[in-house]
This record gives sequence, C-alpha cells and structure tokens, in this order.
Amino acid sequence: MSIWEYANPRKFLQSSERVMPVLWLSSGVLISVGLIWGFFFTPDDYRQGSTVKIIFLHVPAALMAINAWFMMLVASLIWVVRRHHVSALAAKAAAPVGIVMTLIALATGAIWGQPMWGTWWAWDPRLTSFLVLFLFYLGYISLWEAIDNPDTAADLTAILCLVGTVFAVLSRYAVNFWNQGLHQGASLSLDEKENVADAFSNPLYVCMAGFVLFFLALVFYRTGTEIRARRIKALLARQRQEA
Amino acid sequence: MMALLIRDLRLAVRAGGGFGLGLAFFLIVTVLVPFAVGPQSDLLARIAPGVLWLGALLSCLLSLDRLLALDWEDGSLDLLATAPLPLEAVISIKALAHWIATGLPLVLAAPLLGVLLNLPLDGYLWLVVSLLLGTPALSVIGAFGAALTVGLKRGGLLLSLLVMPLYVPTLIFGAEAARRGAMGMGVETPLLMLAGISAGVIALMPFASAAVLRINLR
Repeated sequence: MSIWEYANPRKFLQSSERVMPVLWLSSGVLISVGLIWGFFFTPDDYRQGSTVKIIFLHVPAALMAINAWFMMLVASLIWVVRRHHVSALAAKAAAPVGIVMTLIALATGAIWGQPMWGTWWAWDPRLTSFLVLFLFYLGYISLWEAIDNPDTAADLTAILCLVGTVFAVLSRYAVNFWNQGLHQGASLSLDEKENVADAFSNPLYVCMAGFVLFFLALVFYRTGTEIRARRIKALLARQRQEA
Repeated sequence: MMALLIRDLRLAVRAGGGFGLGLAFFLIVTVLVPFAVGPQSDLLARIAPGVLWLGALLSCLLSLDRLLALDWEDGSLDLLATAPLPLEAVISIKALAHWIATGLPLVLAAPLLGVLLNLPLDGYLWLVVSLLLGTPALSVIGAFGAALTVGLKRGGLLLSLLVMPLYVPTLIFGAEAARRGAMGMGVETPLLMLAGISAGVIALMPFASAAVLRINLR
C-alpha cells in the first residue's frame, strides 16, 4: 500500500468520494463552532473593540492562501518528477481556491484596517507581498486557461509554479527592505511572546483547522471535476474519431 | 554562439523598427508623466528615479514578444533546438542580444530623460549604474516569459501578466538604489542586492527557460 496508488484516477475518485463527506461535515462543524465561539463568546479587545474578531476569518484565509500555493508547488513537483496526471490536476484545482483565500485575506484585512489603521490599504510589506501573491495566482491561472494541450499546460504551469515560488519568496524579502511594516507580528508562533491572548487563540485554532479541512474538501471536489472533464473530452474525441 | 549573437543583433536592428521602438516608448512614457502628475519640478525630481526605472521596465517588456516569436514562426527555433548548441546557451544568447538591442540603449538614454524630469545631479551616476546592473535581469527573466508564451497566438498580454510579478524584486532594488542615489544617501545595500539578483537569474534562469522551450517545441 503506497501513496502512489492514488495516482490512478479511478482509485483517487473512489477514495476521495469516501473521504469527502467526512471533510465537508467536519469542516462545516469546525468553522461554525469556531466562528460562533469567536464572534459571540470572546471578549472585546480593550483597544480594538469588537473589530478584533475579524481575525477568525483573516488569519485562516491568509494561512490557506499561502499553503494553497505550497500545495500547488508540491503537486507540480510530483507532476514534473513522476508525471501523475492527478497531481497536475490537483494543482490546477487548488489555484482558484488559493486566489479566493488571498482575496478574502486582503478584503478582511482592508475592512479591519479602515477603522483601526485609518486606511483601507497601506504599502506594508505583508500586505504588498499578499498582493504580489495574488498576481502570481492570476498569472498561473491565466496560463492554464491559455493553453489547449493539457500536457503542455501542465508542464508549463508546473515550471511557472516552481519559478514563481522562488520569486515570490524573493519579493517577500525585497518588500521588507523597501518599506517599514504597519502590520502586527505573527498571530501565532512557537515563541509565545507576541501571540494573541488565549481567549482568542483557542477559537482561532478551531477556525484554522476548519479552513484546512474546507480547503482539502474543495480541492478533492475540484480535482474530481477536472478528472471527469478530461474523461468527457477524451470520450468526445474518440466519438468524433469513430464517426 | 557568436554567429547566433551577431545574427540576432542584425535582425533586431534591421527588422523593421524593433530596435528603436523600445527607446521611443521609453521617451513617450517619460514625456507623459509630467502631463499626468503636473509640472512642479520638485515633485518630478522626487519621482524621477522611479519613473525612469518603471519606463525602462515597460519598454523592456514591450519588446519581449519579439524575442522568440519571429524565430518560432519561420521555424528557425526548431533548427536551433536540433543544433549542437545546447538550448540553455541559445536562450542565454537571445537574452543577451535582447539586452544589447533594448536594455543598453535604455541605460544610455535614461540620463537624457532624467533631464526632462529634473533628476537631481547626484542621481545620474547611480541611475545609470542601477539600470546597467538591473536591465540584464529584466532581459533574462523576460526570456523565460517569452519562452512560456511562445506557442500562443495572442501571447503578448499574457506575457506581461506572467513576467511583471517576476520583475518585482528587480524593480524594488533597482529603483531603491536610484532613489537613494538621487537623494544623496548610501546606495551600497540595494545595489549589492540588485547585483545579486542579476547574477542569480543570469546563472539559473536559462535552465528554466530552456526547459520551458523544450516543452513548447515538443
């Protein structure tokens, strides 16, 4: 029993269909519990008032925005090295989810920033690198859409993903150099000095877990759609050949 | 390799305006800026390094789709791919030719356009140095974008969308070096970072470009 068995589209579809209801259900429960807990059962911050509670959407979305790209990177590498089609399709399926997560993070950040920082947008390193990440997603998705041949598209986007990762990291450090930050430090990290208070971190963990499962469910679902779309394409092509 | 370089340069100079077009675009962008932001000389002096860098970047971008498209259409790219010269070398030479035909004239023209934008006197040297260090990176990264989109019918717009995010680090350090130079501050750190990025992409990017080109030539 190795993980590569799931590179078989049929096997992947079978097992993902078994896993998906669990993922949908648990992510729904976790997100609802986390958000309700976070919105109604945590105290207001003494400086930020109730606006602090947007953190329960902002942080998990930002987390998934970055990890979706990371997942695309891993899937692209698997495609380049082992040439499993499911892997390329999973990368394709994750990109739109990632770009939406990036948008959610940017939008919730702007909504929170307006009352707190007095501005919807500032050219802060974190904000800027998220905007750059958004542009990378945009380029990646457009390249997928632009190329007809699925294998060529998978190859080219995989290499774009690898190169883009290097440049995204470079940009992250470049913008640090270019402007001073307004954004607060990490909300959660292993050295606990600058973390958010416990009252907020527990529902935040729940929300983050919910978003991770939600992302997985979406990616499984969309990968399944891509596999079926490709099958239909192949069947239609065969039918045309026979006719 | 020299033969290929000379051929590409000849084509760039002769084949109908591709050579001067980038320069003309750089000029017109620079001329349009005062119309857009107003003619106050202190404002222009403050934004001049950034505007000139952005103008150079856009002119470079404009000429990228010619980098491989013509060779792709008439089939000479296939010949080059089957030639004994490795594809990595071919793409490096093509990027070099693009830099000599587009980047270098931009570097030389930038001080003249700096006069139009009232660039402070201290800024000229560092503007030229930063452009000289940064434009090769623009050409090499651009060659990767050109290789990605070479097989597409209307790849021009997509090319810009793909390449511009990759230009972010180069632009940040290049414009920062030029800006600090114009304000009379120390320029070592951004210049070193810029040189590092240029050296890194010149060394590594041709491999990615050649890999992409091989996929497109399949």
